[in-house]
Amino acid sequence: MRLSECRPGEGGTITRVHGDGPIVQRLLEMGVIEGAAVKVVRVAPMGDPLEIEIQSYYLSLRKAEAHNVEVEP
Amino acid sequence: MSGPASTASRVRRVAIIGNPNTGKTTLFNALTGLRHRVGNYPGVTVEKKIGKLGDGLELIDLPGTYSLAAHSPDEMVAVELLLGHVKNEPRPNLVVVIADAGNLSRNLYLATQVMELGLPTIVALNMVDAAEQAGVKIDCSGLAAALGVPVIPTVAHRNEGVKELRETIIGQLDAQPPRPPCAWPEAIAKELHTLRAGIEAEQFLIARALIDEGGSAEEDLARHCGEDVRTRLKDSRDRIRSAGRPPAALEAQMRYAWIGQALAPHQQRTQAGPSLTDRLDAWLTHRVFGTTIFAALMTLVFMTIFSWAAPLMELVDGAFGALGEWITALLAGTSFEGGILQSLLVEGVIAGVGGVLVFLPQIILLFLFIAILEDCGYMARAAFLMDRLLRFCGLSGHSFIPMMSSFACAIPGVMAARTIHNPRDRLTTILVAPLMSCSARIPVYAIMIAAFVPVATVWGVLNVQGMVFAGMYFVGILTAIPVALLLKRTLLKGPTPPFVMELPTYKMPGFKTVFFRVWEASVAFTLRAGTIIFAISVIIWALSYFPHSDRVIKEHDVLREEAQAALQGEELDERLGAIDRLQEGALLRDSYFGRMGQVVEPVFRPLGWDWRISMAAIASFPAREVIVSTLGIIYDLGGEVGDDEDGESKLASQLQASKRPDGSKVFNLAVALSIMVFFALCCQCGATVATIKRETNSWKWAAFTFGYMTALAYVVSLATYQIAIRLI
Repeated sequence: MRLSECRPGEGGTITRVHGDGPIVQRLLEMGVIEGAAVKVVRVAPMGDPLEIEIQSYYLSLRKAEAHNVEVEP
Repeated sequence: MSGPASTASRVRRVAIIGNPNTGKTTLFNALTGLRHRVGNYPGVTVEKKIGKLGDGLELIDLPGTYSLAAHSPDEMVAVELLLGHVKNEPRPNLVVVIADAGNLSRNLYLATQVMELGLPTIVALNMVDAAEQAGVKIDCSGLAAALGVPVIPTVAHRNEGVKELRETIIGQLDAQPPRPPCAWPEAIAKELHTLRAGIEAEQFLIARALIDEGGSAEEDLARHCGEDVRTRLKDSRDRIRSAGRPPAALEAQMRYAWIGQALAPHQQRTQAGPSLTDRLDAWLTHRVFGTTIFAALMTLVFMTIFSWAAPLMELVDGAFGALGEWITALLAGTSFEGGILQSLLVEGVIAGVGGVLVFLPQIILLFLFIAILEDCGYMARAAFLMDRLLRFCGLSGHSFIPMMSSFACAIPGVMAARTIHNPRDRLTTILVAPLMSCSARIPVYAIMIAAFVPVATVWGVLNVQGMVFAGMYFVGILTAIPVALLLKRTLLKGPTPPFVMELPTYKMPGFKTVFFRVWEASVAFTLRAGTIIFAISVIIWALSYFPHSDRVIKEHDVLREEAQAALQGEELDERLGAIDRLQEGALLRDSYFGRMGQVVEPVFRPLGWDWRISMAAIASFPAREVIVSTLGIIYDLGGEVGDDEDGESKLASQLQASKRPDGSKVFNLAVALSIMVFFALCCQCGATVATIKRETNSWKWAAFTFGYMTALAYVVSLATYQIAIRLI
């Protein structure tokens, strides 16, 4: 499933980061890479963006960006 | 302290680079003290900051970044500087990478890139105390051995490890550069080898050009080695991609894999339940509580700069007023009395300096809040909460505080845009921020509404005057949205910037960090925007003083003599005061400014304005709040009409009674609305223009803001008048 579909508390291991271009490159640089563990911590009050836990820190990203990330629970 | 060989007279330079939220600025200040040289790199908005690290040794601060992959000229500055490609800037002799000890794997990502530059490198492991509290322990000497560069633990805000770091820097200046830590995966290594033939550039730059598709390194190579480089790069990327993964993914995999292996033996993590940050965020980003706390905080910030700064501003204003009076008194009885020198000193120079310093209370207070919110980690949460709201005008949550601050005053608002990392978002925010209705517009609204909007209620509850007042705020907001969207689709077009933002752990804000931030903003404004504002004030003074014709003064001297012959006592004093005001008005109408008002009158006629309004509007371009005193002078009431309610109501009735030569009334509701809309949208603030010039490092953007706002003000005001005159 896609990271954008995960609810708070859900997550798993990243199996693939789809796409290309600067936004995906930024995600990769921030440690959102294949094999990394990820968890959605919470969603902003207006429904977007998400807060995730990755590489032992907290990262905020929009749902559109999280859609590039494939997760296996 | 014995420095390196003193035979070399040239200054040596050290660069410091690191992720955002690592305490880089604090460390920079701890290493160099308060005195910095601040400047700009040509053509970009990035600020250049250089401090003195020791004898013949300088420290240059590079913008906070997660990676050396650059997709804009602003991001490319660090790479170009580190490679020695920036004109008139020497290549650094050494790089310090500052890393957050609590978040090492991501911070070392940048370090592994920097270590490929062929410069001696030191890693400063900052905030080791906070990391230990969070259960992260790092063996520095083991990590140093694994990385192949010195690793110095520091707690910058407590000055711990700063001395050791300085000594290590001096000791390492002539050290061998480290070996690149990770080996490129086969697919990339092969393409790099092929590309190196025929491309005259550093291997580092070639690798960046290959991986950062469409990025600044590619632009750089295309500029220096010919456009066909692009085709070669694209072919190489296609070959890499066909093997499975895009180059950027391969790079990230390679670095994180290496970091994971290098770090594992030297880092211990003990999970101690939910962290403080976790517990705080459960409240601070909560749907109900988080939003409420945010709203309360923002109200506090807004009220502070909107109302609580006012007494301080009045203090500054009063001090300069008193200084002016003191000089006037000093010159009384000398041959300078009432002359051009007195006028230049009091109304040009002193008013000019006062006009700069009067903004300082707002800037200091706003930056005090921003510095505290940023340093404690809340700023990122504010952007997280507000992102959705601002996205529909093409911006992100980062623009909220600059925009909100602009409702008090655009100057601190434009300066607060420094907190926006994306250059295009930052520029868009700066360009639309002056559309937010600032407090200087209130006097204009107040006098127009009091004089021309009927006191009435609609449906028994809605006060019409109040609705018109609120409407003026909406005019600004509703204009800003399409302008921002348009800018982001045209002039500032580009891919949507990522909103991939770290939510740093909460910590107590450091006193020194906050102090430095406020200090920097104040100095930047006073010295660099202030000089321009001051120059504008003097020019404005000259335009409204000259030609100062003797004819006008003689005419009024005749009146004075008549009065002295006919009246005495209080009556005489009153009459003389009135003549002074008449002369003041006549001189202003006769000044170059006044003449401009009469020349441009036809331009403003479709807006329903006569020459007096045109003149007051023109005279308000340097600072819109002068409209009330200018109207006061034009209507022979003197410049102090706005100082009390009595004066204001006098001006209001004067405006209501004002007639054109044909006997028709100058003002009506349609004219008042057209004036208010014009003032709501027009860029009538020299200080804002100067601040935009300073913050964007470009007169072009300052002129653009002035131009588009003025044009917009004219068009919307024209439409308002033409529609209103038909409806009312």
